[in-house]
Amino acid sequence: MKKRQPKTYTRLTHPLVRDTRDEPFRRASWEEALDRVARGLQRNRDAFGMFACARATNEMNYVAQKFARVVMGTNNVDSCNRTCHAPSVAGLSAAFGSGGGTSSYEEIEHTDVIVMWGSNARFAHPIFFQHVLKGIRNGARMYAVDPRRTSTAEWAESWLGLNVGTDIPLAHAVAREIIHAGLANQAFIERATTGYEEYKKLVEPWTLSLAEKVTGVPARAIKELAHAYARAERAQLCWTLGITEHHNGTDNVRALINLSLLTGQVGRYGAGLQPLRGQNNVQGGGDMGAIPNRLPGFQDILDPDTRLKFESAWDTVIQPHYGLNLTEMFEAMEEGSVRAVYCIGENPAQSEADSDQAVRRMRQLDFLVVQDIFLTKTAELADVILPATAGWAETDGTTTSSERRVQRVRKAVTPPGEAREDIDIMCDIAARLGHDWKYADAEAVWNELRSLSPDHYGMTYDRLEEHQGIQWPCPSTEELEPTYLHSRLWEKDPQRRGMPAPFGIVRHDPPVDLTDEEYPIRLTTGRRLDSYNTGVQSGGFASPLRRGEYVELSPEDAERYGVVVGEEVQVSSRRGAVVAPVWVEPALRPGLAFMTMHFPDEVDTNSLTIEANCPIAGTAEFKASAIRIEKLPVATIVR
Amino acid sequence: MDLHFGDSKPTDEERAAIDALLGPPESSWEGAARDEMRAADLRWARGGRAARDRRDLLLPGLHAINDRVGWISEGALDYLCRRLTVPPAEAYGVATFYAMFSVKPRPATVLHVCTDLACAAAGASALCEGVEARLGLGSGVHVERSPCLGLCERAPAALAIKAGDPVRTAVSAPATVHEAVLAASSPDSAPEEPPAAMAVPQAGDPGLTLLRRVGVVDPASLDDYRSHGGYAALRRAFDLGPAGVIREVTDSGLVGRGGAAFPTGRKWQATASQPDHPHYLVCNADESEPGTFKDRVILEGDPYALVESMTIAAYATGAHRGYLYLRGEYPRALRRMEHAIAQARARGFLGEDILGQGYAFDIEIRRGAGAYICGEETALFNSIEGYRGEPRSKPPFPVEKGLFGKPTVENNVETLVNVLPILTMGAEAYAAIGTEKSTGPKLFCVSGSVERPGIYELPFGATLGELLDLAGVRPGLRAVLLGGAAGGFVRADERDIPLTFEGTREAGTTLGSGVVMAFDDTVPLPRLLLRIAEFFRDESCGQCVPCRVGTVRQEEALNRIAERTGAAAADDIALLREVGRAMRDASICGLGQTAWNAVESAIDRLGAYE
Amino acid sequence: MTVTELGIPRRLLEFTLDGEAVRAPEGATILDACRASGKDIPTLCEGDTLRPKNACRVCVVEVEGSRTLVPACSRKVEPGMEVRTDTERSRHSRKIVLELLASSVDLSTTPQVAEWIKEYEAKPDRFGPDAARLNEEPRVDNDLYVRDYDKCILCYKCVDACGDQWQNTFAISVAGRGFDARIAVEQDAPLTDSACVYCGNCIEVCPTGALSFKSEFDMRAAGTWDEPAQTETTTICAYCGVGCNLTLHVQDNEIVKVTSPHDNPVTHGNLCIKGRFGYQHVQNRD
Repeated sequence: MKKRQPKTYTRLTHPLVRDTRDEPFRRASWEEALDRVARGLQRNRDAFGMFACARATNEMNYVAQKFARVVMGTNNVDSCNRTCHAPSVAGLSAAFGSGGGTSSYEEIEHTDVIVMWGSNARFAHPIFFQHVLKGIRNGARMYAVDPRRTSTAEWAESWLGLNVGTDIPLAHAVAREIIHAGLANQAFIERATTGYEEYKKLVEPWTLSLAEKVTGVPARAIKELAHAYARAERAQLCWTLGITEHHNGTDNVRALINLSLLTGQVGRYGAGLQPLRGQNNVQGGGDMGAIPNRLPGFQDILDPDTRLKFESAWDTVIQPHYGLNLTEMFEAMEEGSVRAVYCIGENPAQSEADSDQAVRRMRQLDFLVVQDIFLTKTAELADVILPATAGWAETDGTTTSSERRVQRVRKAVTPPGEAREDIDIMCDIAARLGHDWKYADAEAVWNELRSLSPDHYGMTYDRLEEHQGIQWPCPSTEELEPTYLHSRLWEKDPQRRGMPAPFGIVRHDPPVDLTDEEYPIRLTTGRRLDSYNTGVQSGGFASPLRRGEYVELSPEDAERYGVVVGEEVQVSSRRGAVVAPVWVEPALRPGLAFMTMHFPDEVDTNSLTIEANCPIAGTAEFKASAIRIEKLPVATIVR
Repeated sequence: MDLHFGDSKPTDEERAAIDALLGPPESSWEGAARDEMRAADLRWARGGRAARDRRDLLLPGLHAINDRVGWISEGALDYLCRRLTVPPAEAYGVATFYAMFSVKPRPATVLHVCTDLACAAAGASALCEGVEARLGLGSGVHVERSPCLGLCERAPAALAIKAGDPVRTAVSAPATVHEAVLAASSPDSAPEEPPAAMAVPQAGDPGLTLLRRVGVVDPASLDDYRSHGGYAALRRAFDLGPAGVIREVTDSGLVGRGGAAFPTGRKWQATASQPDHPHYLVCNADESEPGTFKDRVILEGDPYALVESMTIAAYATGAHRGYLYLRGEYPRALRRMEHAIAQARARGFLGEDILGQGYAFDIEIRRGAGAYICGEETALFNSIEGYRGEPRSKPPFPVEKGLFGKPTVENNVETLVNVLPILTMGAEAYAAIGTEKSTGPKLFCVSGSVERPGIYELPFGATLGELLDLAGVRPGLRAVLLGGAAGGFVRADERDIPLTFEGTREAGTTLGSGVVMAFDDTVPLPRLLLRIAEFFRDESCGQCVPCRVGTVRQEEALNRIAERTGAAAADDIALLREVGRAMRDASICGLGQTAWNAVESAIDRLGAYE
Repeated sequence: MTVTELGIPRRLLEFTLDGEAVRAPEGATILDACRASGKDIPTLCEGDTLRPKNACRVCVVEVEGSRTLVPACSRKVEPGMEVRTDTERSRHSRKIVLELLASSVDLSTTPQVAEWIKEYEAKPDRFGPDAARLNEEPRVDNDLYVRDYDKCILCYKCVDACGDQWQNTFAISVAGRGFDARIAVEQDAPLTDSACVYCGNCIEVCPTGALSFKSEFDMRAAGTWDEPAQTETTTICAYCGVGCNLTLHVQDNEIVKVTSPHDNPVTHGNLCIKGRFGYQHVQNRD
């Protein structure tokens, strides 16, 4: 079989500019390129959006959001966390007032029950899964909830293969079973939660048999999961994009959090909630305020005292309302209310759901500057391209991991050509727009952040080095906090207990893109072990595991369509069509297909996916599209 | 576990062999057909601990395939791995560990021709050449040169194993080329082996203790066993209670007969007192020491004695499950034991409520597959558990962490059957047999240059000369090998060595497992030493450097000096001493530690290469 | 995090090390105690992230009352134990072990072994020109790493790292027996037909260079591998949110190898294929 290697990208080494979108780029000096950027942004001051980067350092994200808020006077700043884990942040902060995972990796080695819900961590988070495996070797029982029987699921005591988009029915049925079996943690519910009675009513209709009908999972399996989770002395509930990448992602997250509140599986060592982040700094980007509703340190923009603190520190006025999130910025491009975008290290032309639409919208911009290390599909749309450094290997700074651990990133290699560090570039543009920022180095940025974010105050670079990273919150330069969050919920004293955690009253809402006779197959998406996102980085090394993009079908469906491994078929959704070779995958059941977004230059999977967004977090429903498979040549005309 | 399987599929026969052992697969994930009947599998899969906990069925599974087909194909191995949730690479590592398995295609019939010490002295090399000339390519028989088959009293020996359903075996010993070829080509029509009693020249002698029933009782009949005093000891054990049994065994002075001579009562006490549960009993019947065949004779001639003594040992140490690890080259012993255990179970002598005493115990037989090292107790545990039979490092000792990581008492066959007379005659009377430090009767495996080779029972304290006379030593005796390949040579004139643990130790040699192999001057000593060196090189598991490479260097040096003496051999002898010393000092287990013993004794005691 | 102490404090045991009374925490090995008191004992199969396998036997020491020498790397300290690390007997065994290995295995890329051979006056040549060697050819069956089993001392570390101690992929095992035992995937197939997921955690623990990055293998073949000229910088992997620490080994501004700190609380020295090998995009410079 032909080995398909994806397109390899080479590094950008010089600024590129062009006068109009239909002419080719030409090499420019930094002076010229930055002047052009300054002019382009200046004229769109009231219609600006900043795409920060979930892969760049905390320091870069801090400066980027400061650029948006101080230089451009807007809260329109966001990053690709929107396309993955924003619902986790939204759900967790609604319940606990803080958007981070509540536990640490090490705790999962010492827990009793692990639930991996919508997470193929074995592939997507291999080193986290090593901690899970330690837990399993230490005697923990693991349960996997996933439409596919993934490598992760193969380690489970019990795998529950639910229908795509039926997580809430399953969670509610688990809750109802726990309540009816008398396994709810009444002490915790009374002390630390609100809304239990309403929640009880909400889940009451979700009997095991109804849940079996809706989710496809046998009632006995649901019951076993419910009992295992509720009876465990410690349990960890982990999820990834199988939960969040739905049109109701935040509701899904709330439904899972509810289970932890019902059983008191949170706020203790070994008991907690762990959303697994897809990018090295998706946690830190939000922590640094590179999101439209929070200032650095996850401090709410709507809080006047917080604003005042930042206004005096930055000598500026901060808009007293939330900005647009990434999804809304794309909609605003359509309306013309966002006309200039500064896109740093993101590739929305390929990573957004319904990518054709995303490209069309970016073409409508008056001015697009892309700062990246490669000439990505998004960069190809730009007016100015600025060559940057690879955050993880060519700059100093910090990133924040899924377990809230801030760790040092260090410069190991010199960037190619004239490529420059993101912070320096932004400062030069800020200077051209009248803001003369001076940062000696990344540490200087970090220290400014520390002075404004109490949760980060105790983390000096020296301490980060000493402890191999420190988890937030870290308010003191002398002490370290426990590895888990929200122990306050277990306090007897209501004063110290603080805000109780509300149960989320969330209802089942099936995927928007319904399957029918015309589009009978449910397509879900995910990652493979050796590739990453749109493949721009991971395409650079010769992975022996890589076989390019395939549409994975169950053996039964392959037989039904009369197709074999390697045979190219047309895959169509209501939005687009691609041609992809077939892979036959026994982990799938009939009616379920799987693709990735790793090879968009070969197979643009996201032209199939639906941009049905979570109204709270703005994340699209990458995990559920309706498709049909056709043998080639297709008789009908490709739309 | 997320296992990776290739595209190879099992044949129907291979699948049937595995399913016969494990039952049909429970889900399509485990290998059942993926059809509508199994649609629920695509919604719910069980796995985890329960699935991973079946690893110990790997070795039985490999046997099932090998017995049916004669070799282990990739498809069969993959299917077995899928059924047991075992990674194929590990299963491959296990399959290639054992000499009796092949992962390459070979004919259904394998003829193992023993080329070890006793057989070599009895003309094994001519037999081998003759057999190989007759059974070439296309004969449907694969000829393997084999280490000791435990048939030394009938040397030279050959064992034919013909894969099929059921597997057929035939023993030819003493073998001629014609008979060996006949056994291999039609094992069903090969003459029946002589009864076990033929290996006991003293059979029927009323003075015998351990061997008294061999040749007297019908080994298939539980009732006959009972009519000859069977199960009197177990009844006594129930009267005494576990602590009482251990006290009797301790007072009897019984020490392990496998070679290490560790006090059995102390081992039992140490196991019994472990708070961790369950406790296991393992009977080591993997006798593979060249020249040893006493276990075979007991297993074939008095199988219920072992069942009863295992029951007593388990009762005393608080075990409810016992494993009998039987060497793979003993097909008849396997049949006899399977029958005896089934009978005992059917009659309530094994199972939930033995003798109505509310005590539960059962025995499972596990077959070895051609690995001397599995006679080492911890290697044996690994082998049962489905891992490569590599010894573990001690401490922790088995009494604390043994089989499946649980407290385990492991005894060999001879040690266990001694428990019966201890309980029936009482510790005091038992201890009166033998010497002060070596109590009781002892079995000796006499072979080589004697008129009446076989198993002899003598009280500890008899001298080597007495034993040799009893067996009718032939004229021209040059040397006697005591304790097998891991033992040592003594000179023909050292007849006065008392056959006790302390006596042999004082004489600078060892009793080992009771091998007494006589060699006359027709056998060139360097050839014997080379065969011993070859044996250790073949049987080293490869885990530790001193043994893995040391045994190779030892063989190389012995090869170089095979035809040399005096000064021409001096450098290599010095080299042998240095390597031997490191093997003895630094190897993980007894195999490497003793691999130089026999050679050293031949040099120092017999003056080989002078 | 370092602040959360889980276990109860460990008792200190007193024993004698080369005639001096020393104290070591319960559960410490003789090797731990030796290192704590500044004594160096050669080790090959011992690994700081793995349970001791004590297969190489180069660390053997004498313990009073023990019939044989004991491996310092795995034997736990007991109260009252008398340990001697540098006796003629233990030096003899170490010397022979070094000779046996050096006479059968290519130790040219094993760190420190040349010094030990000198220190112990080992003469690997004494077994003669016909002494059996492994005689393996390097296996170059993929673009990421090379298996040169001519350099393999069969320490089991790669098997343990791939198996239940870390990776749980079980792509490799020891196959065969004795001197013919080799590390192999199922059916001794090429890596590309195996369960290997190319995490390279086997390379991380390999003590002899039998397993190496293809980049290192090629540069060594070309004579351009220059370890003293390399810098090592620890940073954070950019491929997911777990936060694995990567140590980039850089020579002439090129990343030539990636490791991870063994004491790191996130990775314990382990990485996945992306972290270990996915650096090339940074240096696709034209």
